[in-house]
Amino acid sequence: MKQIMGYSDKISVCPSETIRFMVSCEKASNYKARLVRIIHGDTNPEGPGYKERAVKSDLEGTYKGRKQAICPGSCIVIPNHRAFEQLGSFSVQAMVWPTTPEKGRQSILSRWNAKSGAGFILGLDDQGGLVLTLGDGTGASEDVRTGKVMLAREWYFVAASYNAANGEVCLYQDPLVAYAKVDTSAELRRTAKVRPRHANGAPFVVAAHYAQTSNGRARTDGHYNGKIDRPSLADRVLSRLEMEQLRGGDPPHSLSSAIVGLWDFSKQITTEQIIDVSPNRHHGETLNLPARAMTGWNWTGEEMCWRHKPEQYGAIHFHDDDLYDAGWEADFAFTAPAGLQSGLYAAHVATEDDEDFIPFVIRPERGKATSKLVFVVPTASYMAYANEHMATDAALAELLTGSVVALQPVDVFLHEHREYGYSCYDTHSDGSGVCYSSRLRPILTMRPKYQSWLGGKGSSLWQMNADTHIIDWLEAMKFDYDCITDEDLHAEGYEAIAPYRVFMTSTHHEYWSKQMWDALDAFKKAGGRLIYTGGNAWYWRIAYHPTKPGVIEVRRAEGGIRAWAAEPGEYYHSFTGEHGGLWRRQGLAPQKMAGVGFSAQGFDLSSYYRRTKESFDSRVNFIFEGVDKDELIGNFGLIGGGAAGLELDRADRLLGTPPNALVLASSENHTPIYMVVLEEILINAPGLCGGENDLVRADIVFYETPSGGAVFATGSIAWAGSLSHHNYDNDVSRITSNVLRRFLDERPF
Amino acid sequence: MYQIRPEDKAYVEEFKKTPIGHHSPNLQRILNLFRGEPMAGKYVLICTRPHREWTLAVLPGARGERIRMTEEVFQSIEQAEWYVFKQRWAKYAGENLGD
Ligand SMILES: [Fe+2]
Repeated sequence: MKQIMGYSDKISVCPSETIRFMVSCEKASNYKARLVRIIHGDTNPEGPGYKERAVKSDLEGTYKGRKQAICPGSCIVIPNHRAFEQLGSFSVQAMVWPTTPEKGRQSILSRWNAKSGAGFILGLDDQGGLVLTLGDGTGASEDVRTGKVMLAREWYFVAASYNAANGEVCLYQDPLVAYAKVDTSAELRRTAKVRPRHANGAPFVVAAHYAQTSNGRARTDGHYNGKIDRPSLADRVLSRLEMEQLRGGDPPHSLSSAIVGLWDFSKQITTEQIIDVSPNRHHGETLNLPARAMTGWNWTGEEMCWRHKPEQYGAIHFHDDDLYDAGWEADFAFTAPAGLQSGLYAAHVATEDDEDFIPFVIRPERGKATSKLVFVVPTASYMAYANEHMATDAALAELLTGSVVALQPVDVFLHEHREYGYSCYDTHSDGSGVCYSSRLRPILTMRPKYQSWLGGKGSSLWQMNADTHIIDWLEAMKFDYDCITDEDLHAEGYEAIAPYRVFMTSTHHEYWSKQMWDALDAFKKAGGRLIYTGGNAWYWRIAYHPTKPGVIEVRRAEGGIRAWAAEPGEYYHSFTGEHGGLWRRQGLAPQKMAGVGFSAQGFDLSSYYRRTKESFDSRVNFIFEGVDKDELIGNFGLIGGGAAGLELDRADRLLGTPPNALVLASSENHTPIYMVVLEEILINAPGLCGGENDLVRADIVFYETPSGGAVFATGSIAWAGSLSHHNYDNDVSRITSNVLRRFLDERPF
Repeated sequence: MYQIRPEDKAYVEEFKKTPIGHHSPNLQRILNLFRGEPMAGKYVLICTRPHREWTLAVLPGARGERIRMTEEVFQSIEQAEWYVFKQRWAKYAGENLGD
């Protein structure tokens, strides 16, 4: 059981900026906090071992521990209003596409106060049929049910009306697609004994019902899984014909006085705003980021982009495990003092029996570089993998690693405690893909000391902790460097990196927004030098939310190695309207950025590189100084025992590797669980594995740019795991430092 | 689904020698069957001392349910591999392999 954990409101700060930390303790009544600089998070005794540097700071101290709740599940909250409180007769309706009708009671449209039991809920009952629940607020409640179980992933028109004069309830459950011998439609009329009490103080909630308010936030319950489109509420009993008239388009005049709210989710798709298109303007907001820009009940398939036909994208997909902002109260804050060296830091918080690291980056003063080298911490990629559950949720994990999956205690905790939310590699509880990931929650996989099942045999590191191999090497080799994050690059663009000469990426810089891409492109065009000692970078296009901090969107559109597939018509980001998916599918293969791009993957053992003839070209003599001519490069290392491993990139002129690029070395002898990436496979045929397919390799590439800059790429996630071998004295370390020294040198190439 | 054949016995030794890494196509075919088991009841390891000790556990196959720890504790991943291989061999080939 995890005893302490936390998160921060920001992921990077400049001197004089303040960052807040939110901490929750399971039991402890107090805990200690201190500032550390993260150097080497790898605890493997075969390597240099764990290293941090304690930094004196004013956040150091003992704090009161308390448990802070985390409440997942998305919904819409429409603030309470007189018009809701004064209802008598009413009608509610929506188009719905339930994904887990079998899971138990779920609220679709509700004005309900869970404390008093007053109001109504239109939802699914414990069998999966439509139910209208009425409560009088004095303990009596009544269910009117259709008794017909709905089919998952089918559109239904659902509606209920209540006549306050005689207690008559009408229920409608009408599937859009009919099947022979399976009839899930229902229409019934019944007299209810319980009179719903509308004066209940509750908001109108879509996809859940109101439970209570704590810390100023509405807490909800009864979360529904699936899509809801075009819900409405009227203050009288509507006929079936009138209900039909509310399904699309402008409602007729005869209905305008009856409508209390008509919510059109195709408005303001990029935001959390929910628009009531009736004159009453009962606008609301989504909570915990349900998926927007989803195909609606009326989507025809003729238009694939929501911006072109928003009226066919009026659905929102809600999940009972969506999570955006945990909303914890801050425990302490830290203002970065001037002069603190830029780098990767963490607030270390510890109880007597447990600890957590809350990592963040300290940048140099805004606009001022303190080094010619910038190491860009790929926080978007960390977020895409945040709290990833593949090892416990995906049966192919053991096939990918070629060995029994090794879980860390944190993985067990995240498996048993689903409330900490998912990564973009996971599916929701209803099987739909997770397209948003936020950092406003504890991310227990983004920690020093954490080992990942994906990280190959040996140290088994992935993402942030793997990147500490690069940080440690920079420290050990006495290279000075500044750190910034993806978020800085996204927000500030080229300006954030313009003062630097060399841009160094991490082991796996996979997720890039357009703004990030353009910034690095501009840097290269201005003569900047790029060192890419990683694998599978510039792969997925992402969007950051235009106004909400700390959240990214990934649409796993067609093509690429995908943990799930976006549904047809849902390839465009809701945050921005941009097409999601692989950069390669948008004409920008990674080869255009760094000369190499994703080619194969496997997660057991790594291998070595063999030098090519091109490596003896005098243009690259500086790279191989101190390396023998027939030396196998990187035939050692903490990640799978070699420098070429996990995810591998290759050069390809037709995908964008520049014609002047030199391929200096290629890896070989990969195991049979390494396989060619899916975007290379048009017709599947035998012969796709390591040892039998030429695409299963990593290439080391060097090229000069027209503006006197240059690019060096090794195309392997495992590269960094070999840097520290033999006390940093080895060919991987030598090649990397030869390149870095020359790249820091102002002389143009 | 692939079914273990009598001639597959010849690859048990190969696995024992090299549980992780390069395998002959015939051994790989056996491992694809073993390692591709569904999640409910699947063996995993839980690292109980970093880089030193792993405990065998069994996945529940449902989210949020407890992962059951067993009594089997290993000092290396290779030891664990051999143990799990023997369990699966017994299940799919109907034969108990010795140590
Ligand atoms: Fe990745």
